[in-house]
Amino acid sequence: MDLSFSEADLAFRDEVRAWIAANMPADLRAIAEVDGHFEHADTMRWHRLLAAQGWVAPHWPRKFGGPGLTATQRFMLTEELELAGAPLLSPFGLVMVGPAIMQFGTPEQQQRFLPKILAGEEVWCQGYSEPGAGSDLASLRTTAVDDGDAFVVNGQKTWTTYAQYADWIFALVRTDPSVKKQAGISFLLIDMKSPGVEARPMLTIGHTPAFCDTFFDNVRVPKANLLGPLHGGWTVAKALLGHERTLIAAVGMSQRTIRRVKRIAAATRVGGRTLLDDPAWRGRIARLEIKLQALQMANYRALAGAALGHAPGPESSILKLRGSEIAQQAFELAMDVMGPDALSWFNQPGVVPELEQWVGPSYCYNRATTIYGGSNEIQKNIIAKMILGLPGT
Amino acid sequence: MDFQLTDEQKLLRESVRTFTKQRSPVSRFRKLRDRAAAQGGSWDRAVWREMGELGWLSLPFPESIGGFGGSFVDVAIVLEAFGAALVPEPYLASVVLAGTALLRAGDAAQQQQFLAPMIEGRTALALAHGERTLRFAADAAHADTTATRDGERWRVRGRKQFVLAGAEADTLVVSARHGETTALFVLPRDHAGVTITPVRTIDGLGAATVELDATVADALHLPGDAADALERAHDAAAAMAVAEGLGVCQAVLDMTVAHLRTREQFGVAIGTFQALQHRAVEMFVEVELVRSIAVLAAVRAADDDAALRRHAVSAAKVQAAQSGRFVTQQAIQLHGGIGITDEHDVGLYFKRMHALGLVAGDEEHHVQRFAEQPQFTANLG
Repeated sequence: MDLSFSEADLAFRDEVRAWIAANMPADLRAIAEVDGHFEHADTMRWHRLLAAQGWVAPHWPRKFGGPGLTATQRFMLTEELELAGAPLLSPFGLVMVGPAIMQFGTPEQQQRFLPKILAGEEVWCQGYSEPGAGSDLASLRTTAVDDGDAFVVNGQKTWTTYAQYADWIFALVRTDPSVKKQAGISFLLIDMKSPGVEARPMLTIGHTPAFCDTFFDNVRVPKANLLGPLHGGWTVAKALLGHERTLIAAVGMSQRTIRRVKRIAAATRVGGRTLLDDPAWRGRIARLEIKLQALQMANYRALAGAALGHAPGPESSILKLRGSEIAQQAFELAMDVMGPDALSWFNQPGVVPELEQWVGPSYCYNRATTIYGGSNEIQKNIIAKMILGLPGT
Repeated sequence: MDFQLTDEQKLLRESVRTFTKQRSPVSRFRKLRDRAAAQGGSWDRAVWREMGELGWLSLPFPESIGGFGGSFVDVAIVLEAFGAALVPEPYLASVVLAGTALLRAGDAAQQQQFLAPMIEGRTALALAHGERTLRFAADAAHADTTATRDGERWRVRGRKQFVLAGAEADTLVVSARHGETTALFVLPRDHAGVTITPVRTIDGLGAATVELDATVADALHLPGDAADALERAHDAAAAMAVAEGLGVCQAVLDMTVAHLRTREQFGVAIGTFQALQHRAVEMFVEVELVRSIAVLAAVRAADDDAALRRHAVSAAKVQAAQSGRFVTQQAIQLHGGIGITDEHDVGLYFKRMHALGLVAGDEEHHVQRFAEQPQFTANLG
């Protein structure tokens, strides 16, 4: 048992910190300072800076342009970026479809798509959920009908995050309606500029236009854009979920939120002392920080296992579950510490301190963390079956 | 980072597990508990002796006094397995809590005199510290028990309560206030002026009230204040209570999952019901969190950097107390009516977990202590 990092890993972490300090633009740093919302253009500007440094896709293998970092270094890079409050890069190309194309794509598909994902020249979104297919994803009804050299796609996807900015969408579509529902699904790569595609943004409760309804009306998709085997889309989708589980707990981000809670508490003086000096508030903050520390240790266990090349152990299955809950609890605590200031909603500077400005919208939007990527209830169903071996219904 | 056990540690784990399986299943604890209720003595000196012969009591002590020179990771391996089988011998109270106090505060001769026989399993130790008004603080600055000089020796007066292993221990380590400082003393149990009264405890292991009436005592020869030794003893015990609690929690989770798979209602195994599945998953998650942070506590349990040690140990103790309570309470709920009966083992684990939550500081104590460390307010800019 040894909880220390190697000299090489610590040197890498110093390198990352120094690079962020020297390269994160002042305007992005100002948004990070208040944990505000980064516009799409800001995020992509950050994407290109990281790409130029070679760190935009830490988990990609060298042969596809990745930096060849160890599991621990990948984790450190992610953690440092989270701690710095840097823009969160869109995961759909880098974390999701990119690795899927590496695993299931033809050499032509790999050459066509991967370099542009890496360079930030093409932005991706994910077309999974539909109005009638959420947790029961396999009941999706968007169809793709064989029409010679192309599929003709019709249907509607929803919760397509940032589809309004996307150049491409990877979508699960039904190619065979006559078989068991998982068996008739294919994985298509669709150009968002194709005639018949329309993304309509909607506002979230955090007042950001984070996701869209995306409609497909007789959209022709060349057969060359089928990823993996025909009717084999479910396998591709499942494999894609398994990527990089050690990063899913977002410990760095929750550490940052708890730090914000403490800063607000330290700056708020009620009845002659700051809230951070009040044992009741200290206790609440400490309890959440302890939970996060336990989760961080679970994350380290998963990471150490991954570094040894082990398959993910039971500890990795809890990361999404608790990581998403703690992210929510941290913002909830920030709202509680703000007291009446928590009423404020996008006001001019001065109504509430700058430290508090973005807490309300973040609190609201973070209700999504326990829903996206497979709701926590679905995660629990999976753990009950796969790890505890409890019988299915 | 490395979370792997060494081959030697894996071997240790195997031998302790084999021992608990063959020699000390929960039924042994139950038998001793029932006997103790009638006539006292909730553990077996012959088994303690055997543990000494196996080298288990020597793990955290230096080779100079017959110890193994191991770490609290080694000790954690033993206690996790003990927790899973509710082994009643006073390992945590005697080896870890009292043993660390003696090791840290005693001189070489005192270590030899009092620790060496315990390492061999011939004696047991107890730390008499807690009082009516001295709950979890790991110093005696506010103790009612006082020590005054009497020529070359000391006189100790006071009353200590819930002294773990106190009813059977051969040697007592006693804390007392001397002016503004904390002092530790060592006494044989049959010393004049010492009255030991056994008390029953929720977990069935028992403890004692120790009264000291102007007892003449030898001080442990630590130069200066013994508060550091006392704190280190409590930190070691807190960290190792987490390890034992992990064993308790995992055993309870396993029992509960087995029950969900086999118990049938409405014509199916109750484990098919989603409400119960999700409750079991919550238990599993809490066990994994305790398992994760238990490593941190074990690695830091004896760290000389006090802030690092306190921060890690207190965090782990809070997590274990909270998760342990949740896991054992839910286990009873999922067992239904049978879980409420004394006949079923789940209740024994539930009560042991509750007791472990109180060893060396309860949840609230450690929450506040965690928040008092410099890390809590570092980097706020």
